[in-house]
Amino acid sequence: MVEVSTPTKWALRLVAVGYVFFLVAWPTGLLATRTFEGGVSNLVETLADPDVQSALALTGRVALLAVVINLLFGVTISLLLVRYEFPGKRALSALIDLPLSVSPVVVGLSLVLVYNSRDGWFGPSLSDAGVDVIFHTPGLVMATTFVALPLVIREIVPVLTEIGDDQEQAARSLGANARQTFWRITLPSIKWAVVYGVVLATARSVGEFGAVKVVSNNISGQTQTATLMVEEKYQNFAQDQAYAIAFLLVLVSIACLVIVAVLRPSSEK
Amino acid sequence: MSIDITGVTKRFGDFVALDDVNVSIPTGQLTALLGPSGGGKSTLLRIIAGLDSADTGSIRIEGTDATSLPPQKRNVGFVFQHYAVFKHMSVAKNVAFGLEIRKRPKHEVTQRVEELLGLVHLSQFAHRMPNQLSGGQRQRMALARALAVEPTVLLLDEPFGALDAKVRKELRDWLRRLHDEVHVTTVFVTHDQEEALEVADEIVVINEGRVEQIGSPEQLYDEPANDFVMSFLGEVTTLDGRIVRPHDIEVELAPVPGAVEGTVTRVLRVGFEVKLTVATAGGDVTVAMTRTHLRGLGADEGSRVWLYAAKGAVTVAGTAVKETAVAG
Ligand SMILES: Nc1ncnc2c1ncn2[C@@H]1O[C@H](COP(=O)(O)OP(=O)(O)OP(=O)(O)O)[C@@H](O)[C@H]1O
Ligand SMILES: [Mg+2]
Repeated sequence: MVEVSTPTKWALRLVAVGYVFFLVAWPTGLLATRTFEGGVSNLVETLADPDVQSALALTGRVALLAVVINLLFGVTISLLLVRYEFPGKRALSALIDLPLSVSPVVVGLSLVLVYNSRDGWFGPSLSDAGVDVIFHTPGLVMATTFVALPLVIREIVPVLTEIGDDQEQAARSLGANARQTFWRITLPSIKWAVVYGVVLATARSVGEFGAVKVVSNNISGQTQTATLMVEEKYQNFAQDQAYAIAFLLVLVSIACLVIVAVLRPSSEK
Repeated sequence: MSIDITGVTKRFGDFVALDDVNVSIPTGQLTALLGPSGGGKSTLLRIIAGLDSADTGSIRIEGTDATSLPPQKRNVGFVFQHYAVFKHMSVAKNVAFGLEIRKRPKHEVTQRVEELLGLVHLSQFAHRMPNQLSGGQRQRMALARALAVEPTVLLLDEPFGALDAKVRKELRDWLRRLHDEVHVTTVFVTHDQEEALEVADEIVVINEGRVEQIGSPEQLYDEPANDFVMSFLGEVTTLDGRIVRPHDIEVELAPVPGAVEGTVTRVLRVGFEVKLTVATAGGDVTVAMTRTHLRGLGADEGSRVWLYAAKGAVTVAGTAVKETAVAG
């Protein structure tokens, strides 16, 4: 460790704390203050609105589906990337990071290009088969899944790489087939990475706005998610309700972070 | 024969890791695969276990063709160089793994695990996690785990490689005793010739992907097939174009017919032994003898001496690799 003099240490701390305070803690704190300005009645009234309930339920459904899909594909793709050699592996690995580097709005637009029911690539045929993507729940799920895609994979890949395949080979030599090896050896070894990835993906999915905004036609009670509703309420000067819903979204994120914080140390045991 | 390896070749890209290997490993014995690092020992062992596949050739285990069987169908126990313990399971669970996979009844599993932990002296550690064990204990646990499934063959890849010299020696003796108790056909990889000579019934010497010689420790030591085997199993020096063991060289202070003349340039005393370096026309020769022998002989640095291989000494045509490397 580099020795740092005491005044410098304090100055550094002050900068770090100040930075986080002005950028994160204060604004979210104000959100809570505004929500509860007139006691709990604002929150209670907002929650009683059926449109708000339906937006929250939609967000929950979309996030749940997106996380489950990302969990299944995330684990599979991570195994593929770490344990197998195949042509195009590096390209795949780079592609997985794309959602992190591309703006969510672009994600939404590209989905519209492919899946819209008038002139998209797959859209019309899917529409004929009775599956509407854009402006319907499947589109919302796809956009959210896309945006949260790297989170699970980027958690699992380093852990898989680090544990190596020694234990898996030992299991095989002891008579376990591929499935038994996965459930009894691989999964328990990466379970904390999976949990962490899922929590991050959940937080991201619940909070997604840009990509969802493009693929949703924003009809409240149908395709309006919680984040979209916050924006709409805010623009329609229903600011108290906007703050209340925003506060709920913050609560979900904080819950996710608390879960992670509680889980992390136990994974180091 | 318990394991028959016929014409096995394995390439990694252009690199030939195993080149037409033919070995038969006898039932119920302790066989060592001995050779220098990178020689292909682990590769051969992994091919026997089914963890790698050979490019050509076949593997038969107890008479059944295992060439295309997946590892879980070969019924071999494999102990890895770095233990490969299941980190998230207790010691007892580790050992029970193979039995639980085979869906043995619970009471049978418990009983067998207890028995095995007793065998490897780990009974009191049954409920610990692997990271609470020492390296030697982990290795013994890995051994118990491999033995639990009653394998037809037990394969050990440098089982004691990662341990310090003292523990190594203890475990080596213990493995020998264990083998005498359990009698399972065992193949272990080592690059330590002393370990192989001391523990194994039979030794397969592997170098650069080829089998150099197969035989009992005595055969390898007394009748080495070539200069490589001779040099690998103990110290050698070159005398008059043949390689000889340094303690098999006789030294005289007077001319002897057929002996090589030289001058003692260095006398090095190591414990009970003395090593003389003698400069001859054909290069430096190392001679080893006891201190008492040297005192009786009366030679010292600068003495003129005559060297010849003792009667009955094993010699092989060639040049000792290590010495030429040092010389130039
Ligand atoms: N997966 C692989 N890809 C490429 N080369 C490999 C692979 N595995 C082994 N090799 C090469 O094959 C050769 C033999 O390797 P192997 O592990 O069998 O050696 P070894 O005799 O066990 O050596 P050591 O005593 O150091 O463990 C080495 O030169 C090694 O670099
Ligand atoms: Mg090896």
